[in-house]
Amino acid sequence: MSKPISESTPPAQRPVRRWPDVSFRLVALLAALSVVALIVLVGWELYSGSRLAVAKFGPGFLVHSRWDPVSDEYGALPFIAGTLVSSLIALVIAVPLGVATALFLTEMAPVRLRQPVITVIELLAAVPSVIFGLWGIFVMIPFLRDHVFPVMQSVLGFLPFFRGPIYGVSMLAGGLIVAIMILPIITSVSREILRSVPNLQREAAYALGATHWEVIRIAVLSYARRGLFGAAVLGLGRALGETMAVTMVIGNRPDISLSLFAPGYTLASVIANEFAEATSDLYLNSLFELGLVLVVLTIAVNALAQLMLRTLAGPGTGKVN
Amino acid sequence: MEPRPPPSPQPTAAVAAWRRWKSRAMSLTMGLCTLAVMAPLFFVLYFLLREGASALDWNFFTQLPKPTGETGGGMANALVGTMVLLTMAGLIGVPVGVLGGIYLAEYGSDRVNRLIRFWADVLNGVPSIVWGMVVYALLVVPFKTFSAYAGGAALGLMMIPLVMRTTEEVLILVPQSYREAGLALGIARWKIVTVIVMKTALKGIVTGVLVAFARVAGETAPLLFTALGNNFWNRNLAEPIAAMPLQIFAYAISPYDDWHRQAWAGALALMVLILGLNLFVRLVSRDRAKS
Repeated sequence: MSKPISESTPPAQRPVRRWPDVSFRLVALLAALSVVALIVLVGWELYSGSRLAVAKFGPGFLVHSRWDPVSDEYGALPFIAGTLVSSLIALVIAVPLGVATALFLTEMAPVRLRQPVITVIELLAAVPSVIFGLWGIFVMIPFLRDHVFPVMQSVLGFLPFFRGPIYGVSMLAGGLIVAIMILPIITSVSREILRSVPNLQREAAYALGATHWEVIRIAVLSYARRGLFGAAVLGLGRALGETMAVTMVIGNRPDISLSLFAPGYTLASVIANEFAEATSDLYLNSLFELGLVLVVLTIAVNALAQLMLRTLAGPGTGKVN
Repeated sequence: MEPRPPPSPQPTAAVAAWRRWKSRAMSLTMGLCTLAVMAPLFFVLYFLLREGASALDWNFFTQLPKPTGETGGGMANALVGTMVLLTMAGLIGVPVGVLGGIYLAEYGSDRVNRLIRFWADVLNGVPSIVWGMVVYALLVVPFKTFSAYAGGAALGLMMIPLVMRTTEEVLILVPQSYREAGLALGIARWKIVTVIVMKTALKGIVTGVLVAFARVAGETAPLLFTALGNNFWNRNLAEPIAAMPLQIFAYAISPYDDWHRQAWAGALALMVLILGLNLFVRLVSRDRAKS
């Protein structure tokens, strides 16, 4: 591109040096490609770290529910179930709340109110997991145990999910804390989606005499449905990998129980708790395989969310932060 | 919810009233949901201040943790440890992230860029505990010791996609005419990028880096089996090092009241650091939006 200059200048001009440009570009390219390298690295390390367990247990690893380091027998089912259940609880709580908040912020709130609320929600996203965990142990769990869970049990006790002894630490508490942690991302992505709904859409509904809520339901929500679904999937991706806060409140017991008041265990929590003290090779390999399962799950869910958000909103808006 | 509107002599009026009422009820519901979403931040901050402020004394910042059973002591080593880890993370995450962002914004074809962006976003979603495992296999196993290097590397790798995406975004905002002006003067492309474009966007890049620091400063999971934690000063970066989040975690799940107190104090200090960084960034970028 800078060639024409050297042609039009007198021959006394020193020659244009290309190598700094070329090497700078190359270094930048390498840095950009590091992202791909990291994905490969993650995949490779987890794969090679779990080979022993994969060879020993085969696909049965995923469906066996015995986790017994003493007799060196490992099955991932309780953790997979725990991860899925706690994430689903989180989604059930966080998606309606997050979407409602996004609707409030884009459709209803006075303009002066919007920025402060958005700031608060963004700051919520900045709170470290371990602090939520600390708060969960000493504030949320006692409150749930003494006030919320007994009431839930007496009202909803006819369902099998709300029976059994109440310890405080439980699947439900884990789901609740994950819900709090994924609320900001669901809210902010939903807000982006709602903002991309063209105003014409709303005006048309108003012109037909719709009330505010009807405009939202007919014109906005139905238009944004797919994007909001993408936001929920993105939230799911986050929920699956939440580690510290969940580890601190879920109870860490590798049992599968119908009751949501019973303690559970997730993939991320068992890794966090047992990895540093895994004594046998097979134990460590099994933990690596749990990590592999976790990564495959989260990458698949995240990639799905990215695709959904991207096809919908064009490049750039699918950004995750 | 409410009973259906009763059939009335003038159904249209009643229906309209019902529709208006419903609309108002939904507005109220959404407002309440918004309050519910904001509430956790205030609850957490309230309890951090209530439980942590009293324990946050001079000793906290100057002393090492006391052995089990003795009261008192502080987290000086963890404070320093977190700073050391963040520095090392920055050494990895900032150059790679910024250069990658430069490539995405200044060079690269659409197709390659889309792919890299996609994977960067996917990488952002990889659970932090997984970074701990990967670095454990990469740096802890071969050298047979938990180390500050490993902890810093884990945080650094997490920073790369974060910094890359924010850098790209601010570089794209730099007007194309700046680059063209540079080219017209016959300046080499790399100089245009580093001297003109990056200088214009410097504030944005720094902001992005600070946000990334704030994000990894509170990470515990990737440090659990890389940095491991340490009750004493770290004299050698090839040995385990303490970090605030690790210390908070260890104290929180311990059975001692005094350690719980310390955990709250540590959480308060960490929160102040992270919120401080976030608010600072907010102030700076508001400045930029105005000018």
